[in-house]
Amino acid sequence: MTTPTTVSSHDDFSRRHIGTDSAAQRRMLEALGYDDLDALMVAAVPSSIRVDRSLSESLLPPAATEREALAELRALAGRNRVSASYLGLGYYDTVTPAVITRNVLENPSWYTAYTPYQPEISQGRLEALLNFQTMVTDLTGLATANASMLDEGTAAVEGMLLARRASKSASHRFVVDSDAFPQTKALLRARAEAVGIEIVERDLAVEGMEIDGADPDARGAFGVFVQYPGASGRVWDPSPVVAEVHSRQGLAVVAADLLALALLTPPGEHGADVAVGTTQRFGVPMGFGGPHAGYLAVRAGLERQLPGRLVGVSVDADGHPAYRLSLQAREQHIRREKATSNICTAQVLLAVMASMYAVYHGPEGVRAIAQRVADQTAALAAALRAAGYELEHEAFFDTLQLRAPGRAHGLVEHAHGRGILLRAVDADTVAVSLDETTDDVRLLELARVFDAVAGTDAGTGTDARETGIPSKLARTSPFLTHPVFSAHHSETSMMRYLKRLADADYALDRGMIPLGSCTMKLNAASEMEAVSWPEFAGLHPFAPKADVEGSLELIAQLERWLAEVTGYDSVSLQPNAGSQGELAGLLAIRAYHRSRGDEARTVCLIPSSAHGTNAASAVLAGMRVVVVACDELGNVDLGDLRAKIVAHAADLAALMITYPSTHGVYEHEVAEICRLVHEAGGQVYVDGANLNALLGFARFGDFGGDVSHLNLHKTFCIPHGGGGPGVGPVAAKAHLAPFLPGHMFAQEGSHLLADGTPVQHDGGPISAAPYGSPGILPISWAYVRMMGLEGLTRATAAAVLAANYVAARLREHYPVLYTGDNGLVAHECILDLRALTQSTGVTVDDVAKRLVDYGFHAPTMSFPVAGTLMVEPTESEGLAEIDRFVDAMIAIRAEIDAVGAGEWPVADNPLRGAPHTARAVIEGEWAHPYSRETAVYPLRSLVRGKYWPPVRRIDQAYGDRNLVCACPPPEAFE
Amino acid sequence: MTDLTALGYTAEHEWVKVDGSVATIGITAYAAAQLGDIVYLDLPAEGTELSGGTVVGEIESTKSVGELFAPVDGTVVETNPAVADSPELVNSDPFGEGWLIKVEFTALPTLLTAAEYAALTGE
Repeated sequence: MTTPTTVSSHDDFSRRHIGTDSAAQRRMLEALGYDDLDALMVAAVPSSIRVDRSLSESLLPPAATEREALAELRALAGRNRVSASYLGLGYYDTVTPAVITRNVLENPSWYTAYTPYQPEISQGRLEALLNFQTMVTDLTGLATANASMLDEGTAAVEGMLLARRASKSASHRFVVDSDAFPQTKALLRARAEAVGIEIVERDLAVEGMEIDGADPDARGAFGVFVQYPGASGRVWDPSPVVAEVHSRQGLAVVAADLLALALLTPPGEHGADVAVGTTQRFGVPMGFGGPHAGYLAVRAGLERQLPGRLVGVSVDADGHPAYRLSLQAREQHIRREKATSNICTAQVLLAVMASMYAVYHGPEGVRAIAQRVADQTAALAAALRAAGYELEHEAFFDTLQLRAPGRAHGLVEHAHGRGILLRAVDADTVAVSLDETTDDVRLLELARVFDAVAGTDAGTGTDARETGIPSKLARTSPFLTHPVFSAHHSETSMMRYLKRLADADYALDRGMIPLGSCTMKLNAASEMEAVSWPEFAGLHPFAPKADVEGSLELIAQLERWLAEVTGYDSVSLQPNAGSQGELAGLLAIRAYHRSRGDEARTVCLIPSSAHGTNAASAVLAGMRVVVVACDELGNVDLGDLRAKIVAHAADLAALMITYPSTHGVYEHEVAEICRLVHEAGGQVYVDGANLNALLGFARFGDFGGDVSHLNLHKTFCIPHGGGGPGVGPVAAKAHLAPFLPGHMFAQEGSHLLADGTPVQHDGGPISAAPYGSPGILPISWAYVRMMGLEGLTRATAAAVLAANYVAARLREHYPVLYTGDNGLVAHECILDLRALTQSTGVTVDDVAKRLVDYGFHAPTMSFPVAGTLMVEPTESEGLAEIDRFVDAMIAIRAEIDAVGAGEWPVADNPLRGAPHTARAVIEGEWAHPYSRETAVYPLRSLVRGKYWPPVRRIDQAYGDRNLVCACPPPEAFE
Repeated sequence: MTDLTALGYTAEHEWVKVDGSVATIGITAYAAAQLGDIVYLDLPAEGTELSGGTVVGEIESTKSVGELFAPVDGTVVETNPAVADSPELVNSDPFGEGWLIKVEFTALPTLLTAAEYAALTGE
């Protein structure tokens, strides 16, 4: 295919998305010595993998304008019907304070930021996440919470795996409450099976955790999982079960409803070791299943076992307190297959929203909201009893389970007709879960469904003593006591607090974030539009199919488009992070081998250059990692690959390979590598992290991939949200499609292959909700719809051009590590600082932090090679911004040379001192061998509109040696 | 100041000081520098039986994790309480206050001399 170069009218979206126009591209091509983009791409992408299809063969519709795409989205939204949901099971309607919607969810200062790996320029969201952690530890009564999980179901799985790591019990058994949410139980079972954990289900409130069998070994369990309150609404005291599991050296994991904990004794006070759950009902719309922030908290002593991100407090170079990510050595990029989890990301944007809900309402507000939910539920209970219904449990918070013999489905049907969603537990039982939005009017409508009369008028009263909360389980301990939760209850104060935090951070609304492998491209405003439309945001994930036709159509279209551009047959959008897409893909491979009787195929070959997550995911899919060497050019060592294949002829399950490689190079031999693996009976997993270098030019499925995950938050414009949400669809060839993630509550389990034949996704679930995080899928849908294949292809070429332009301009100042054909890189380039560090003592950290003084976010540091910087400009940056970055890097090189020449000492120079705060250059004597102007205004252009970092370089070791993961007292900042 | 020539070394960058039947074990300055700022140590508890060459602990820095290999067969008789509280001792005084464990050994392998170890690290 040739690269389309036509630039059309003013309403062509692709020219808004792509930062370089044709004049700029001509200048860049000249610098590289190519006549046009076509010539560049022909030279860069190996001909053996290039697609040979014309645009007319594509399933993708031609590009729509922004207006047209939004009109189509409106039409799809119109096919959804937002009923009043009482379905519960972890998803509740909630009132998002408008000040949070406008200033966080719809504010690019929050949603376009990256994961806070550069803490000096991320203090705002780190503070918000510390508020989140404090909120979770307060409400759960535990010592330490992480900065959020992907959802409640995966948090439960992580809780189970944590229990196994930390337990001294030799048992492989995990006892699960039969009153846990059904989707959580399904997820636990699916994930347990792959890693050899046996799940035993018990009605813990009634039976305790007694396990049959005379053999004392058979009675062991490394942990127990309690839902509190239960799926049936039952509230009971889990302390005896907790004590019982402790007596067997196991851990107690409690899934607790955070709002209920405002009224109920928290899990920590019951002795629980771990608490998990979701923070969705703290002001985050249901969004048909996500995204929301899950949570995970642990008792003291288990901090190092926590998966995921953990924000902590340290000090900066001047001794002032500063926030940072703690204990990063637990994570996959360092520990690889020994990491605590494969999960790399969190749900930062949603965690920020939930934490701000707590900040805005404060302890009294949160308690009042919980109290009203409990009161309304009690009022409904009284009305139902009065109408002759029998309730299954006397103790409850927000959920009632009532007997309606033979009538359950009829009642649900009848309610649906009135725009009300109830849950049929079985033919004789109906469950109703109330929430913050259940006011008196709604309560009356709800009661009427049952021919009951409800409300305070009916004389049920709202006295706390009459709620369903047993007095012995009533919460007595305070929560949200930190002053931040009491300081911003007026909207003015809240708005300013959010602005102050946002101002501390560097996001795409300030400038380029050239993070290699992260693809920080534009997240267009038009793509974001539909996210907060109630027709998409207001849907419960288990709503009836008739209510969600528009969303299902959007999902089906996006699935087909993604399959088309990657050369696969079927796509599942369920995984809500790239890591989960990887895991889903590997689990599909595992299930495929087993379906053919190939149980022995468990070895996963992973090149040494791979991202650590690959190895961590493989372990969780029950595979054994065998590392394949790379040659000095960074490519897979074919000789070693052949040897490893021969050595594992009988047990080879898969090869995981990233394409283009993590080194940012179009590897030449990829088709041959895939062939070798197939020949040996293995499957090829192509990690789609770098798809932005390929879209429109080559397809994973064409050159040998069997399955891949894609990162919609990279290539397909879902914003990074400061460290989540992400979406990591898994795409597979037809033979693996039946093993892609299924879900017990999926409204549509059948997915169409390209030729129109349906295939059932029948693998175990990978997320709590059937379609993962559908609330943000309109973003990627809009991107593909507005770009068309032509625009997507042009974007790829522009991204490759930008990376090669950066490499060409910087090559004489910093060696470019690894190149492919014709000395070209793909969509990113690695600048090698190791020789400079050796000769001058200036480190990659010094350069990264100095870039802050120049007004930039640093490139990726020391990945995939220690001592290097990886730069990915993406297609969205314009030439002026790219040149500004290159000029800054060249100026920094001159500073490095000055250190090398002895002009400045290694320990005291503008690089080592970076980043410089206003405070550092104003307060006290200036005793450095460089001027204050050099420190903060290295370029005159910075004098107007400079980004000022709020803290100086942060002491990483101090924070890890003195672990503090909750809000410090205000005095700390004086 | 510890006499470095009096110590034995392993290729896994540990030093061993033999005193009767008890070996004191730590990691070398080279290893500590490679790891960077050490923030946490996971050491085998007193009474743990060690078998030479196996991984018995972990040394965590802000940016990496090193494994501690048992250089000898034997039983742990003491772990250094000071390094648990102040892991930075391993960086500041790896051959002295930053020692890690003492082992009552049953078998002592052939260890590298200081000169042989220096040749190994090229320092």
